[in-house]
Amino acid sequence: MFEIRRVLTHVEDIFHEFGPAPAQPLRRGAIAAVMTNPFAGRYEAKIEHAMEALKPIGFDMAQRLLAAMAVPHASIESYGKGAIVGSRGELEHGALWHVPGGYAMRELLEKNGVPTNAIVPSTKKVGAPSTALDVPLTHVNASYVRSHFDAIEVRVPGAPAADELVYILVMSTGQRVHARVGGLAKEAIVGKDGLR
Amino acid sequence: MAIKLRKLVVQVDETRIEMGQAVEPPARRAVAIAVIDNPYAGRYEAKLDVLIEAGEELGALLGNRCVEALGIAPGDAQSYGKAAIVGEAGELEHAAAILHPKLGAPLRAAVEKGAALVPSAKKMGTLGTAIDVPLGHKDAAFVRSHFDAIEARVPDAPRANEIVVAVAVTASGRPLPRIGGLQVSEIKGEDGLR
Repeated sequence: MFEIRRVLTHVEDIFHEFGPAPAQPLRRGAIAAVMTNPFAGRYEAKIEHAMEALKPIGFDMAQRLLAAMAVPHASIESYGKGAIVGSRGELEHGALWHVPGGYAMRELLEKNGVPTNAIVPSTKKVGAPSTALDVPLTHVNASYVRSHFDAIEVRVPGAPAADELVYILVMSTGQRVHARVGGLAKEAIVGKDGLR
Repeated sequence: MAIKLRKLVVQVDETRIEMGQAVEPPARRAVAIAVIDNPYAGRYEAKLDVLIEAGEELGALLGNRCVEALGIAPGDAQSYGKAAIVGEAGELEHAAAILHPKLGAPLRAAVEKGAALVPSAKKMGTLGTAIDVPLGHKDAAFVRSHFDAIEARVPDAPRANEIVVAVAVTASGRPLPRIGGLQVSEIKGEDGLR
């Protein structure tokens, strides 16, 4: 149903942003899969079944992202997801990614002992080839951890074409590099409701 | 270390299908990008030695990162290229100092051999400026299937006193090359051209 045409992985190390460099740089990663949009060019009333077809794709992408980041599961502290829909598709086609994308990362982390009670934040848009998407990042177990509110820009040069979709997963190993605006700290997480 | 590194980005771009045709094996290209402090920002300096040394360090760092990210043996690298974007408090010659005197040797070590010229591009720019890094076959510049380019861009760089330096390495040529010219199978690899 979905044919993957291209895969882009992005891994970055942030050493500092003109302040004191932490002992360990912040590592953030993104994976973007460019695939055919099976619903491009027409209105389809029923699209929900496509979410099932996306499940194995999501799981494969989550594993590839973690492999590219080359860190253990336990190092992942925040996550996010996003979708860019080519111009012959509609925003709702991007929404198909919510469940398979989010649960793929949560399953991968949970299976390896990382509690992921928090919602996976997301953005989506319809866009032309090379459109950039700011994908939000928040803590995997408590959405209100203020030091981990962040976003990473993801952009695939030349994609999506009109009849394509770009589905994106992102992960990070920690807080903003010079986080210092207070709020809930990760040490104070209760870890029950996914919020605090 | 001559470089003051703020950020390091590594991307791998894998094309599995192009124009409906399966690409077997997939076309794979990597680009590694460093955001560094420009030690000569805001003034004219006659000698650019610190950036020349920085080029040597960056050739090794970025070349090796590309090869690692592709997961290939160094000798399996096929094409390469380099580029720099100088923030507005610098000058174009700062890019030249990084790219041309010393970056090539350690990059060639990272990909084994490398008889061909490393194609390059440079420009002045600001945060989020994109640069198209030219790509050519590492042992024979005339291999037509490997003429290509890959975009490098860091959303928050270069700030005015920074330089973005990119090195690209591939494990293949373009996804569906079919315009003739010198083939990989015909490379002599002696003069860097054919």
